[in-house]
Amino acid sequence: MNNIVMQSKESYLEGFEHFEKDSLVNDPTWLRSIRRAAISRFSELGFPTIQDEDWRFTNVGPIVRTPFQLAQNGRIEIDSRELERFTFPGLECNRLVFLNGQYSPELSSIGSRVDVLKLDSLAHALMLDGDLLDEHLARYADFQRDAFLALNTAFMKDGAFVYIPKGAVLKEPIYLLFVSSANASPTVTHPRNLILLEDNSQATIIEDYISLADDVYFSNAVTEVVVGQNSVLSHYIIERESKKAFNISTIRFQQSRSSNVTFHSVLLGGALVRSNVHPVMVGEGSECIINGLFMPTGRQHMDNYMRVEHASPHCDSRQLYKGILDGRSHGVFHGRIIVHKNAQKTDAKQTNKNLLLSNEAQIDTKPQLEIYADDVKCTHGATIGQMDQNAIFYLRSRGISEDTSRVLLLLAFAGESLQRMKVEPIRRGLEEIVTQRFAQGKPLDSVL
Amino acid sequence: MLKKPMLEIRNLHVKVNDQEILNGVDLKVNAGEVHSIMGPNGSGKSTLAQVLAGRDTYEVTEGEIIYQGKNLLEIKPEERACMGIFMAFQYPVEILGVNNTYLLRTALNAQRKFRGLEPMKPVEFAKLLKEKAKIVQMSDDLLQRSVNEGFSGGEKKRNEIFQMAVLEPTLGILDETDSGLDIDALKIVANGVNAMRSKERAFIVITHYQRLLNYIVPDYVHVLVDGKIVKSGGKELAFELESKGYTWIEEEDRTAIPANA
Repeated sequence: MNNIVMQSKESYLEGFEHFEKDSLVNDPTWLRSIRRAAISRFSELGFPTIQDEDWRFTNVGPIVRTPFQLAQNGRIEIDSRELERFTFPGLECNRLVFLNGQYSPELSSIGSRVDVLKLDSLAHALMLDGDLLDEHLARYADFQRDAFLALNTAFMKDGAFVYIPKGAVLKEPIYLLFVSSANASPTVTHPRNLILLEDNSQATIIEDYISLADDVYFSNAVTEVVVGQNSVLSHYIIERESKKAFNISTIRFQQSRSSNVTFHSVLLGGALVRSNVHPVMVGEGSECIINGLFMPTGRQHMDNYMRVEHASPHCDSRQLYKGILDGRSHGVFHGRIIVHKNAQKTDAKQTNKNLLLSNEAQIDTKPQLEIYADDVKCTHGATIGQMDQNAIFYLRSRGISEDTSRVLLLLAFAGESLQRMKVEPIRRGLEEIVTQRFAQGKPLDSVL
Repeated sequence: MLKKPMLEIRNLHVKVNDQEILNGVDLKVNAGEVHSIMGPNGSGKSTLAQVLAGRDTYEVTEGEIIYQGKNLLEIKPEERACMGIFMAFQYPVEILGVNNTYLLRTALNAQRKFRGLEPMKPVEFAKLLKEKAKIVQMSDDLLQRSVNEGFSGGEKKRNEIFQMAVLEPTLGILDETDSGLDIDALKIVANGVNAMRSKERAFIVITHYQRLLNYIVPDYVHVLVDGKIVKSGGKELAFELESKGYTWIEEEDRTAIPANA
């Protein structure tokens, strides 16, 4: 079946038939029916076009036109040293590594504290924890509405499964590294993660997507997160893949009463990136903070699609997205806030600030508020600007070179977002990456 | 032998958006001197300060500026700063996300590097900062905040003088640093400048009001009207201006030279 090339809707459907026959013999029946429902929904939906309101600014043509093969099932060997240049110095964590979508126990390192929680590959968990997965897997991320989500649901095989028991407070983050290694021809993977936090627990999860080579491939990832009552989650997604990669991801948070989610999104890599962020505050008094930084350059396209749902009273949401766009890149911020009828006393705030560094860079920013309750506070604001020449002159007049002044101001702009990231090794590592990017190889003055 | 001036401006003509702002300014400043430039609104005072600092939105159409024997107009703003020129801005810029102390350390070390010196050690820098902060009564809070962000008008001006005290320039240019200050803040700013007066250092103090000159006593006063220095004299000239107003000079100017209206 590895020879099946998927290039249009029909070939994906055909690909699924082979996939189901060859690879899913051990699938539980509940999952089989979900997969079938998902592929038939995909068949109805087809790939979105720019006529579709939710995809108005993002043309997925390049993905549809590229012939992809499902990533090889056979294990690919890579040396752990190849991953070294991607590590965040000082990050003490439990690390799960996925190579072309498949869990790699050799590259992963799981500490001893794991007895209190479950940290596993989804493929393995499907065999061990069938009941728990039956209860949660694909129960939140709604494939009825989204063709890529439907495809992931039909084709999912592996990813991370994290279960944090009641009252557990994890000191070390859980770091999920998705590695794409060299491929002869374009491949597609459908990583699928399920993260369950029981009541009164606390955890930090980091998803990091990287490429070892400058390859064309397509990551179509979905993460479902269930946050129990009074639980606190900090979740990061870092996209720093090859400039030829396609990445479409959906993260879906299901928030119970008084839960608290802080989500950080950092988009640096990829040719065409679409990041769907979808928290649903189903429990009263929950809070969701979404903090994003996207920095396309060259011909990169980055689309941030928010769908923040207030489904209960007294919930707070904050969205702060900052874009720094260079070259001929295109950025999108689509911020949808939905306040359900019973979600009184909602306090929702959305801010999107963008800095355009070139005349050819383009940003589309669109707030979309749907409010069905009558006692709410919802605000939104967007700005688009260029480098402040007065500020540059001020810094230069103090003796700081023009290049350094630029970098200082860009770092200050990105810093508002980076400073919210509480995991210090991650924040420092990202600051370093961002500084390198801004400096473009030019030497900088002193302390930077 | 006659000593060469630190700064010499000859026949400076400057345009902004095709409008002539300065038309033939001449000025010589020697080390150790304090020159005050006074003039009504729109006379070109701030333009002169900005051109000295190297702002590129101003177009120099004629004339030259020689500083320490070098053609200043060919030198980038950051290099001018490294060569000892400091301008205290009339309207200091707020820079969100850049810490005040961090800016100063970066600036000081960039200037040291230019002069072939090693970066200053953090302990040494902290000591320097503390010592200079005392002079202009800068609180720790202001030092740690983003540059000028949320500062009051007086705090911004004090911050400019504080930066000047840390960077220890050879030529300090104060662009209406006194405007909008209450008397206490004015005294703090003036004390900061007076503490820095020395044989090696010169100041150009641009002001709209004579009041500042009660505290920073200049050696020379120049009156700038319509982009030209029309009268120069000692500190008494400032008192005369205060009592008679700028119209007195403007009228005198008009009778001497036909106005190009």
